[in-house]
Amino acid sequence: MLPSPVLHTMAALLTIAIFSFLYRDNPVYKFAEHIFVGIAAGYIVAIEFQNVFLPNLWRPLLAGDYKLVIPFLLGVLMFSRFTVRFNWLSRWAIGLMVGTFSGLAIIGFAQGDLVAQIQANMLPLKAGSLIDTFTNWVIVVGVLATLVYFFFSKEHKGALGATAKLGIWFLMVSFGASYGFTVMARISLLVGRLLFLLVDWPASLGIELIR
Amino acid sequence: MRREVPLIITAIFGSFMVIEYFVPHPSVTGFGEMLQQWAIIVVAFAYVLGVANIVRINGEKISKRSKDWPYAFPLLAGLGFMLTVGVVFGVGNGTLFSDFYLYAYAPMSGTMFSLLAFFIASAAFRAFRIRTLEAGLLAVAAVIVMLGRVPVGTEIWDKLPVISDWIMNAPQMAAKRAILIGAALGAISTGLKVILGIERNYLGGD
Repeated sequence: MLPSPVLHTMAALLTIAIFSFLYRDNPVYKFAEHIFVGIAAGYIVAIEFQNVFLPNLWRPLLAGDYKLVIPFLLGVLMFSRFTVRFNWLSRWAIGLMVGTFSGLAIIGFAQGDLVAQIQANMLPLKAGSLIDTFTNWVIVVGVLATLVYFFFSKEHKGALGATAKLGIWFLMVSFGASYGFTVMARISLLVGRLLFLLVDWPASLGIELIR
Repeated sequence: MRREVPLIITAIFGSFMVIEYFVPHPSVTGFGEMLQQWAIIVVAFAYVLGVANIVRINGEKISKRSKDWPYAFPLLAGLGFMLTVGVVFGVGNGTLFSDFYLYAYAPMSGTMFSLLAFFIASAAFRAFRIRTLEAGLLAVAAVIVMLGRVPVGTEIWDKLPVISDWIMNAPQMAAKRAILIGAALGAISTGLKVILGIERNYLGGD
């Protein structure tokens, strides 16, 4: 493990390099950006090697679980993409991945989103307090109106058009709220990075900039 | 062989993932778990393929002296370093790998995302104009949610955080719930189309 001042200084310099983009695109930013891409790619492969390849394939294979030769060979076939003549062989592995995750997505979305969201929308339209009753009405009407807006099999005219219009209003409030929430999350990250530069980094060097 | 085999593999693996849920017999779930393990292994190879592609593209960039080629060196150095320390010394806490994750990857990732605070604010300022009722609703909701999450919002009006939370928990959630229901229906139908071989774009050309 490297000494704390060295690590903090490295983090601070990389942070400043990324912030330099606020001035304009420059070589220092590009340098840091490329290091970031490299480290991110190396990180994910090292994690996959230690957490997936070794425990799920290599060690069981050495212990005599020879069924695992099949996914190993399919995985190796992925690299046929680098050849012109045999690149179609990579489709076998892609077929396995796409098939598995399609099947899991059907169950996952049906169970986790579709049924769960419909179930969560089964709210009492007369709740304990007036504000709870009003909130429940807003949620139930909002979900139905927004769903109507996304129903394109019939022209949005008359009652359907009015409900779709209400759906648009709900969508707009939702987009606005999501935008505000995202901005505040980014601001929170920004405050965190500035606190690191002005408090944590100097503290690691024995300097107190802000009391 | 070129199209039929991958379609059969997709159909077998996909349908088994669905069957496994509805038939919770140990023999079926055991086989299903094995297939899932196989898929996880193949996905790990796909990550390696992605990194091999990065190395190939950046190697070509250096050899052909393409635009910005010197920047391919820090990229490959960062990749090689993280890969080597992760594979050789492990990825646990207190390793060189975790040091570089915490003091190189995490700070840069956080800073990149924090930069978006400036860019989404300036993009909204340049592009957004309140000319319709819908745009007004969007702006009012955004302002209330932003002010409701900072101390100055409470200073302006102490009910702002309560209204902000209500917007997030009622109208925002209603629209989000409808979008989730629609997206789930879309994902289920796409999954079925893939398993039944109707959707074949993932196979590419030829």
